[in-house]
Amino acid sequence: MGKALLKRLGLLAGTMLLVSALAFAAFSVIPGDPTSSVLGVEATQEQIAAFRAEHGLDLPVWQRYWSWLAAFVTGDFGRSFKFDMTVVELAATRAQVTLVLAGTAFALILAISLPLGLAAARRPGGIVDRVITVLTQVTMSVPNFVMGIGLMYLFALVLHWFKPEYVPLEQGLWPHLRFMVFPALAIALPKSAMTVKLLRGSILGELDQDYIRTAYSKGNSRSSALRRHVLRNAMIPVVTFLAMAVGDIMAGSIVVEQVFGIPGLGRILISSIGNRDYPVVQAIVVLLAGVVVGCNFLADLLYRVMDPRIERT
Amino acid sequence: MRQKNWYLTIGGVLTACMLAFTLLGLFWTPCAPTAVSAPDRNAPPSAAHPFGCDQLGRDILSRTLEGAGSTLTIALAVLAIGAVCGLAVGALCGYFGGPADAVVMRLCDAVAAFPSVLLALVVLAVTGPGKYNVIGALGVLFIPSFARLVRGEFLKYRDRDFVRAAKLMGVPSLRIIFVHILPNTWPVLLSGLAIGFNNAVLAEASMSYLGIGVSAAEPSLGYMLKDAQGVLFTLPWCTVFPGLAAILLILGVGLLGEGIRERMGEAAP
Repeated sequence: MGKALLKRLGLLAGTMLLVSALAFAAFSVIPGDPTSSVLGVEATQEQIAAFRAEHGLDLPVWQRYWSWLAAFVTGDFGRSFKFDMTVVELAATRAQVTLVLAGTAFALILAISLPLGLAAARRPGGIVDRVITVLTQVTMSVPNFVMGIGLMYLFALVLHWFKPEYVPLEQGLWPHLRFMVFPALAIALPKSAMTVKLLRGSILGELDQDYIRTAYSKGNSRSSALRRHVLRNAMIPVVTFLAMAVGDIMAGSIVVEQVFGIPGLGRILISSIGNRDYPVVQAIVVLLAGVVVGCNFLADLLYRVMDPRIERT
Repeated sequence: MRQKNWYLTIGGVLTACMLAFTLLGLFWTPCAPTAVSAPDRNAPPSAAHPFGCDQLGRDILSRTLEGAGSTLTIALAVLAIGAVCGLAVGALCGYFGGPADAVVMRLCDAVAAFPSVLLALVVLAVTGPGKYNVIGALGVLFIPSFARLVRGEFLKYRDRDFVRAAKLMGVPSLRIIFVHILPNTWPVLLSGLAIGFNNAVLAEASMSYLGIGVSAAEPSLGYMLKDAQGVLFTLPWCTVFPGLAAILLILGVGLLGEGIRERMGEAAP
């Protein structure tokens, strides 16, 4: 286990290095530099020179990359071009908002898809299964921001369950979460549909295996065979899928934030792209990549724990 | 057995309807999509404007027709770039293997681990918005997923007897790749194309919705949805119809892909 883990860790570090280098290079090769968009076209030569010196833009690319990387790993993510703030000051509270949104969405996916997947697999071809299959197929086809718009219309305008105005955490945890549940649902529903489908297929695949026949012959009922034997094995592909879904959930958060007017990472990312405020964009992209790659690593660990056979292959 | 035909039939019919709708929009719209008409401002759906009008009096049916066409062309172009390049990379890597394969696949894994919308946003931050930039960015980012898919298929076939026999007979490698192996991979490729198409529609719509996609001159469905957000509560039809068009397009192609996969007896990925 140790050797495989080390190898995975090395891969993880390599991926992050690659992503950070790409993110850095992308913004270094652009024609023209951010000075004109930040300082305006009427800036004097001295102002431009001062700005370039202040942000280290007059150094060669590789030197800038190394100093940026060295600072990044110590938690110094650089300074915004546009605002007189560090990226940490600018993005910390917004990152927390996005994390709450993504975390709620992830919890909702689990809460929705596990019972539904089990219910669908209980009697394949039955009425419950058919209804769930149709529902998942349709829900899967709804883009998350369209889902968000739909939920907003239904719950805010028609049912008056919430006001379409962002409620910050300062107004209390409960009101904050009560608001965040709706955007989280917009992200969670399409992903849940995919998870239900995968779980159902996975359970049905396991039920065909010989060891389940053995379990039946030993006197297990269908539901106890499901609970004791099938579920653990059927969850393996689902865990992998959910870990891969983390990236989509983060991306979904960034889009859905715009639907509900939530001041999270998405908004600062979009406005920084518009402002050509590259230190902010770079930092956010590398951080998001870190979350995604880290979750894939965790999934790999979990996978090894759940399916020890993988060590022997 | 019954359910297999079901997916294929419904998906096929739905896709055909949406394609017809979109193709129609490329050649004919009831009104000019950008024509502003003061008396029709905020008009709800009626006989003259079946989908209603927006706050400027523009006909939503015409705009949806045009937007669907824009979305479809972008998605198809992205798919073409991603599939053709991905096919070439995946086929060569899968067939020849070796250290080059390992390096390329590591790179693909790194790119594929990251949501394509986010990467495309970064690319567009550098290149600036616009239809062709969206196509280029998404097209390149779609290469890894196709490459991995095709490579997996080629790995499956490269040591089969019919390939060995062809090698012994001195058939050139390229001919083996394209004539002997490629036709066997069609079922997987087709369902991969369906999934890729839907991902392209989704990615383009999300980006345009965020305002970092197509420009106002060529509104896609995502752009229309962004446009309509401000009047969601007063003029819901501005959101409903483009939203519905996007959903039906994705649903149809998704079902079609599902149907193909079940017909060919392939396990869901």
